[in-house]
Amino acid sequence: MSATLWFVIRRTLQVIPVVLAIAALNFLLLHLAPGDAADIIAAQSGGASAEFTAELRRSFGLDLPLYQQFFVYIGRLLTFDLGFSNVQHRPVFDLIAERVPATLLLMVVSIGFALLIGVALGIISAMRHRSWVDSVVSVIALLVYATPQFWLGLMLIVLFSIMFGTLPSGGMMTIATDMSVWERAVDIGRHLILPSITLALFYVAVYARLMRASMLEIYTFDFVTTARAKGLSETRVGLVHAASNALLPVITLAGVQVGHLLGGSILIETVFGWPGLGRLVFDALLQRDLNLLLGILFISSIVVVLANLAVDLLYGFLDPRIVHQ
Amino acid sequence: MKSFLHFWRRFRRNRAALVALFVLLAITLIAIVGPYVYTVDPFEMMGRASTPPSKRFWLGTDVSGRDVLAGLIHGARVSLLIGVAASLCATLVGLIVGAVAGYYGRAVDNILMRCTDFFLTIPSFVFAVVLIAIFRPSVTNVTIAIGIVSWPPVARLVRAEFIAQREREYVLAARALGMSDIEIMIRQILPNALPPVIVVSSLLVATAILTESGLSFLGLSDPNVISWGYMIGVGRTVLRLAWWMPAIPGIAILVTVLCINLVGEGLNDALNPRVQRR
Amino acid sequence: MSALLQVEGLSVQFATDRGPVRAVEDLSFSVAAGETVAMVGESGSGKSTAALSLLRLIEPAGGQVSAGRILFDDVDLLGLSSRQLRGVRGSRIGMIFQDPMMALNPIFTIGWQISESLREHLGLSRRAARDRTIELLQRVGIPAPEQRIDQYPHNLSGGMRQRVMIAMALACRPSLLIADEPTTALDVTVQAQVLALINTLKDEFGMAVLLITHDLGVVWETAQRVVVMYAGRKVEEGSVSDVFERPEHPYTRGLLKTARLTDDRAGPLVEIPGTVPNAFEMPHGCRFAPRCAQAFARCEDGVPPDIKVAVGHDVACLLAERAP
Repeated sequence: MSATLWFVIRRTLQVIPVVLAIAALNFLLLHLAPGDAADIIAAQSGGASAEFTAELRRSFGLDLPLYQQFFVYIGRLLTFDLGFSNVQHRPVFDLIAERVPATLLLMVVSIGFALLIGVALGIISAMRHRSWVDSVVSVIALLVYATPQFWLGLMLIVLFSIMFGTLPSGGMMTIATDMSVWERAVDIGRHLILPSITLALFYVAVYARLMRASMLEIYTFDFVTTARAKGLSETRVGLVHAASNALLPVITLAGVQVGHLLGGSILIETVFGWPGLGRLVFDALLQRDLNLLLGILFISSIVVVLANLAVDLLYGFLDPRIVHQ
Repeated sequence: MKSFLHFWRRFRRNRAALVALFVLLAITLIAIVGPYVYTVDPFEMMGRASTPPSKRFWLGTDVSGRDVLAGLIHGARVSLLIGVAASLCATLVGLIVGAVAGYYGRAVDNILMRCTDFFLTIPSFVFAVVLIAIFRPSVTNVTIAIGIVSWPPVARLVRAEFIAQREREYVLAARALGMSDIEIMIRQILPNALPPVIVVSSLLVATAILTESGLSFLGLSDPNVISWGYMIGVGRTVLRLAWWMPAIPGIAILVTVLCINLVGEGLNDALNPRVQRR
Repeated sequence: MSALLQVEGLSVQFATDRGPVRAVEDLSFSVAAGETVAMVGESGSGKSTAALSLLRLIEPAGGQVSAGRILFDDVDLLGLSSRQLRGVRGSRIGMIFQDPMMALNPIFTIGWQISESLREHLGLSRRAARDRTIELLQRVGIPAPEQRIDQYPHNLSGGMRQRVMIAMALACRPSLLIADEPTTALDVTVQAQVLALINTLKDEFGMAVLLITHDLGVVWETAQRVVVMYAGRKVEEGSVSDVFERPEHPYTRGLLKTARLTDDRAGPLVEIPGTVPNAFEMPHGCRFAPRCAQAFARCEDGVPPDIKVAVGHDVACLLAERAP
């Protein structure tokens, strides 16, 4: 048991240097960006004098040596201070915090859907290796790999909300106040269908292909022969003995791809008007709000690090060999 | 020449890849000579706005009355150019990092791989968005940004190849002959490590094209050139009235990327016979 | 008395890019109830393929039995439906493999893996299966089975893992155990213990054992009869004492010499010159002829017939014909 605890602690501590590196990258980008906070405020106050700008710079600590500024920056990060959006006149952290739940909802639903369908298709493809199902899944996967996700979203809107008129084309909920909790949940669910399918489809293809490859590799292992020699049915050999082992790399990949998923969700949210981080990015781009963009990059990097940590811990739990290495 | 024929014979066996290669060559041809043949300016207003495909405008006009066909032809240039250049960029960085890490091992390897893993952690699309927002969208900047976010997988692959090769007899012999490290890396190991790298780079072209289309859909494209993603973004505003407008450039992206992926798979079959398809 | 297992004219082939390859050709042998038969040969001799094909375990790997019969208790296993076959696998015929680390599923506890057999074939409840598993673990000499039962394969030593495999194979008291190189992957000190365990349990359970091995020392110590394989064909078969004392086939003699089990133990270490022929370029006649010092013209004409040199001692070599 203590081995498990030790594993959890060790793995958690490994996060710290990565977070510091992320902070350093953001700090660097902040300094590469043309014009600092003082310039911007000075410009906003309308053609300020050089003395005024210098004064501002001093008050922001922008005249300090770079490494000192970095420590100040880290100190501010520790208090969840990601700077101020000079466009929206609100702290960046607040702006992001109120958008995170919508993005997380979309991401979690999509990845859950993708894992469920993708793994199932992968298992079927591997167990019916070289059958028509296998070929159909392979061809669909090839097409999906080549499709820009945001474009697919647009086409789904055309199909399902413009032509058939069955699903809402955007937003997260209908504007209405007289809804019960249940009605509200159904309403959000209906709004969630198209964006989550759009976002998930690519990963359905990825997981199906990976699960298939992973299963086919596991099938060559001796323990599969052992399972057959025990007199188990081919279904049981596939589902219990091969699939459970084949699932591990798929889960790892799902963890690694959280960053990719976030990128996809930015585009999908823009397409569907989903009020999450993606929309925030789009708005920030329109208004050239660099502070906000950097804040989003920082937070999304942290989300990826935490997701990777969670997957590693889960992996240690699922694969009894890991903890002891 | 002989080895090329050998390669071609293997590549030819994959029918899908062969067809895809010809389609891709056709698209490349259109991208290169198209603008000289079909001389309509993709930015100029040519007719009424948002007309469906007709005899005069084969693919219709967009919201500003610009010829969609002209946009498609000019857009092919940008998509392919950025796709190939960004992939080359990422391959170059990945090659250098991976080769040095794999060849020298120990501390160098450790540090470089930590860096690589770190870059893998940063959400690549968000990173690219921020980079372009800071440095302004231009063809060069978009290319570099996509390159910066795409090199880590190449580095990992190259490193693995170099680790596999560095203890081989021919490397030891070269070292005994007094060749310098750089000479050994470039002239001895690299040719042997190249086949899988070529495959990955070809697939990176596809990813880069998709990334570029996403970026320009968000408005992060060079304002002086037209691109397919930008055209989808423009068409999106009139989705309800003219669904074909965003549909057309999307299909162009789909076909191009599909062909690149198929060719990449064909290259893999031809260059890495070890990895037999089961 | 008819044999427990009777293999007749078994041929096994694999489909490859360059056409079908015969891994086993026209193999016949039998195993009587309660008997230990060893099948020996170098790697590539087709002995493991033959063992796997008995339970039709080569089919998922692309192999196919192209001819022959596998009679087990007078029923041809090749004619069984997959459901009927499953009733034999793991229940009436148990099997253990070379590397127990690879042969055990890494993500399930050993107890779960043994119980799975019991529940599948005997329909035991979870509880009853667990009790039986503890009993079995004790039987194969695993200390503190109540604790070990919940451990994973990687928690155990190689020898312990092979004991677990044995427990699993014997869970349903099979009448035949097929052991494919059961000691090859183990430490030398553990090898003897595992062999001794198989022997003890064989007597205790009254089962027959088909032991696949390349180690003639193991054959000498455990088997009553031996089948010598070369390049997919049986070259000699007989009681262990007959074959070891009066080997008739030049290949068997060579094997015995390299194993240094014969009289000239002190002599120089000999190797059989040459290598096993390529599967695509099998000689038409005797497959050993290209490496055989005593080969003559007729050896290359056709496959030599099985010649009886003593009761229960056959050899597929023309030399035996000349000196009756």
